Amino acid sequence: MNLTLHVWRQKDARTKGQFVKYGAPDISDDMSFLEMLDVVNERLVLEGEEPIAFDHDCREGICGTCGVVINGRAHGPRDRTTVCQLHMRSFGDGDEIWIEPWRAKAFPVIKDLVVDRTAFDRLIAAGGFVSVRTGSPQDANAILIPKVDADLAMDAAACIGCGACVAACPNASAMLFTSAKVSQLALLPQGKPEREMRVKKMIARMDFEGFGNCTNHGECTVVCPKAVSQENIARLNREYLRSTVVADRRLEA
Amino acid sequence: MELNAKIPSGPIDQKWTKHKFDMKLVNPANKRKYSVIMVGSGLAGASGAASLAELGYNVKCFCYQDSPRRAHSIAAQGGINAAKNYQNDGDSVFRLFYDTVKGGDFRSREANVHRLAEVSGNIIDQCVAQGVPFAREYGGLLDNRSFGGAQVSRTFYARGQTGQQLLLGAYQALEKQIGLGQVEMYSRHEMLDVIVIDGMARGIVVRDMVSGELQVHMADAVILSTGGYGNVFFLATYAKGANGTAAWRAYKKGAAFANPCFTQIHPTCIPVSGEYQSKLTLMSESLRNDGRIWVPKAVGDKRAPGDIPEDERDYYLERIYPSFGNLAPRDVSSRAAKRVVDEGRGVGPTEVGVYLDFADAINRLGEDKIRERYGNLFEMYERITDENPYKVPMRIFPATHYTMGGLWVDYNLESTVPGLFVAGEANFSDHGANRLGASALMQGLADGYFVLPYTMGNYLGSNKFEPVQEDHPEVIQVVTGVEERIRSLLALEGSRTVMDIHRELGQIMWEYCGMARNKEGLETALQKIPALREEFWENAIVPGTFSELNQSLEYAGRVADFLEIGELMCRDALTREESCGAHLREEHQSEEGEAVRDDENFSHVAAWEYTGEDSEPKRHIEPLEFEYVALATRSYK
Repeated sequence: MNLTLHVWRQKDARTKGQFVKYGAPDISDDMSFLEMLDVVNERLVLEGEEPIAFDHDCREGICGTCGVVINGRAHGPRDRTTVCQLHMRSFGDGDEIWIEPWRAKAFPVIKDLVVDRTAFDRLIAAGGFVSVRTGSPQDANAILIPKVDADLAMDAAACIGCGACVAACPNASAMLFTSAKVSQLALLPQGKPEREMRVKKMIARMDFEGFGNCTNHGECTVVCPKAVSQENIARLNREYLRSTVVADRRLEA
Repeated sequence: MELNAKIPSGPIDQKWTKHKFDMKLVNPANKRKYSVIMVGSGLAGASGAASLAELGYNVKCFCYQDSPRRAHSIAAQGGINAAKNYQNDGDSVFRLFYDTVKGGDFRSREANVHRLAEVSGNIIDQCVAQGVPFAREYGGLLDNRSFGGAQVSRTFYARGQTGQQLLLGAYQALEKQIGLGQVEMYSRHEMLDVIVIDGMARGIVVRDMVSGELQVHMADAVILSTGGYGNVFFLATYAKGANGTAAWRAYKKGAAFANPCFTQIHPTCIPVSGEYQSKLTLMSESLRNDGRIWVPKAVGDKRAPGDIPEDERDYYLERIYPSFGNLAPRDVSSRAAKRVVDEGRGVGPTEVGVYLDFADAINRLGEDKIRERYGNLFEMYERITDENPYKVPMRIFPATHYTMGGLWVDYNLESTVPGLFVAGEANFSDHGANRLGASALMQGLADGYFVLPYTMGNYLGSNKFEPVQEDHPEVIQVVTGVEERIRSLLALEGSRTVMDIHRELGQIMWEYCGMARNKEGLETALQKIPALREEFWENAIVPGTFSELNQSLEYAGRVADFLEIGELMCRDALTREESCGAHLREEHQSEEGEAVRDDENFSHVAAWEYTGEDSEPKRHIEPLEFEYVALATRSYK
């Protein structure tokens, strides 16, 4: 098939960007979206032009590195799919495709389609962990966890940290990402001792990084490649409310 | 160069305990005076950096990805082994040790493997305590599954995303230390050289991949947890950015490179579909618990799989290896697939593939049960191939997946350069000539959580460290070298893209140094690779500039190193005149095509020493002794 691409090109964070038009002829159905970009880039290099910068790594939908907005939708038209797992059979001959980076105040553009998502790392550093010294735990089977709780925790833990939820949200909120981690650890007994502190600190950090608030649009869940559910946001809200009423002493630790 | 493995004395099950007592300690107040550099943030890197920081050392951690959570450990699907014997099926530390030594075809160090088996249980305890959501039974206990090369169920898993969950556990521990200021994290920084002063590794040179700036970071010790070099094959299951540069730079600074030819070809990957293909995707080995592998009995049988009756199918693994069946080890399964394809019985449009069929399991257990076990893998398969594996059998074929070879390390994980430690896939130590499934995660976390925290203390406590300034002549020389190399890459204005050259290198490696090797082929490769390298340095194109985000430059630097690593792999494969594990020399195989070892002449580790750009590397030997697992021909029949 033959396609026309409109790709966001931006030299660096300080320079203004713009859409640039490229032809993409002879594209095979079986190519992934990123392989299509590889082909376009190879040609740009041979023509002496600078190739399009985009983030990618595992190319099997798990590392969370890739992510662009395709025709207005984060990760493109298919549900539960990262860009690297999106194949060109989802497009038709003659299509025009608009490709742009995640857009959010907390995710500044570094170059072209590459953005800085280190705010997510700082959110985890604020409290997205269980404090457990290496070597100190008891036998793994000493903690019994009902299968249903383990499964719910796993549903939340499946988040790959790609940032599509932020890109899709009209408020550029990181609620889905944050709630996935808060939920996973609140559902498990291991996460209980730090649960109040965790939710308070992570929410404070979210605001500090410049992410917006959640107003229940639900766009985040729709574009999430791992279908992380909005139920987690509800659980986050409950956890937050709960943390405001439990004994203060536990928060002062 | 001396290869002293420093294996502690005493019975094998007491070596590690004794060694832990004999090693020097650093008292808590002094730990904060020491600094350690960790390169890489995968399972070994993240767990090691977090554990060292927790002890009180000052740690700097580097990764090329935009976040430490992205390291390719994240893509491991199936599981992690541990000798817990939770299934009451006869597992033990000794059995895990035995299976791993045998699975590695007697080319690993017994003492290291035993330690790995000993700490395997602690890893599961640690990860569960961190909140890793492993699969559970209804009673709340942990669930297990089976993996290749074992007759017990000792594999712990979190759906098809075990690597992701284990890595996120280690990453969260690391982020906690970053938040506390005990670890300084440098993401989007690529290590380009090691600084060795007075014979000790004291720092690294990195490039800030956003600004292009070269930076010097000094410390008392350096750890490389930088993964494997399997992308030398171009098409592999590795992340696109995975590379051998850190290990290769260390090799050129005096770290011996051990068994470079031992590369694992994983039997169950989605076959290649076209020339544009950029990577291969693994389908977890766990699928072989329920999937049956077959090809048509007749050569050139073009019928759809459903039209081929039972008695015209060849379930070749079950036929040849009745006691392990579809769970034969990876090297054995891969070669069997290659043989049936070479016979002309391959399936699919390219005829380079075999079927992995779930029809029996679906009939026996129902589609829902299969969906629960492997749902995400089936979905991934459908996405890539546009075929529904619940209805038609999957098509699979082997692909490069892991490198057992890597930088040589002693029992303490220290390379031949004092103060330069190597952990995880980047070292060579535990898997011999073939790694068993679900053992990579185990090794990465064993090294990071349970080995480095002890051996690093011993190193720091046993040595004196003079402060080194950044204007030290050696530092300036290393930085100048790195800068010159980048400038010469940027000066390439030829007519071939770097990816095109990389693809050709991959074809050479797959053809001559892949699943089967022979003298003539390896000698051909040793002609072709230097010629291709010359072409790279004359005719490649590297666009862009120094001081910006330049993905073309990053890639060119990695490919330039692959063009040298590939040559060493072929040289090693040529010298190892035997077959063992994943290394099959066609001159040394049984009539049935199984590997025939030569224990008299090759029961050793081959470690290569760099001797200069214009001279051949020197081969050194570390003899391997097998006291506890008797040398025997591996049989899975």
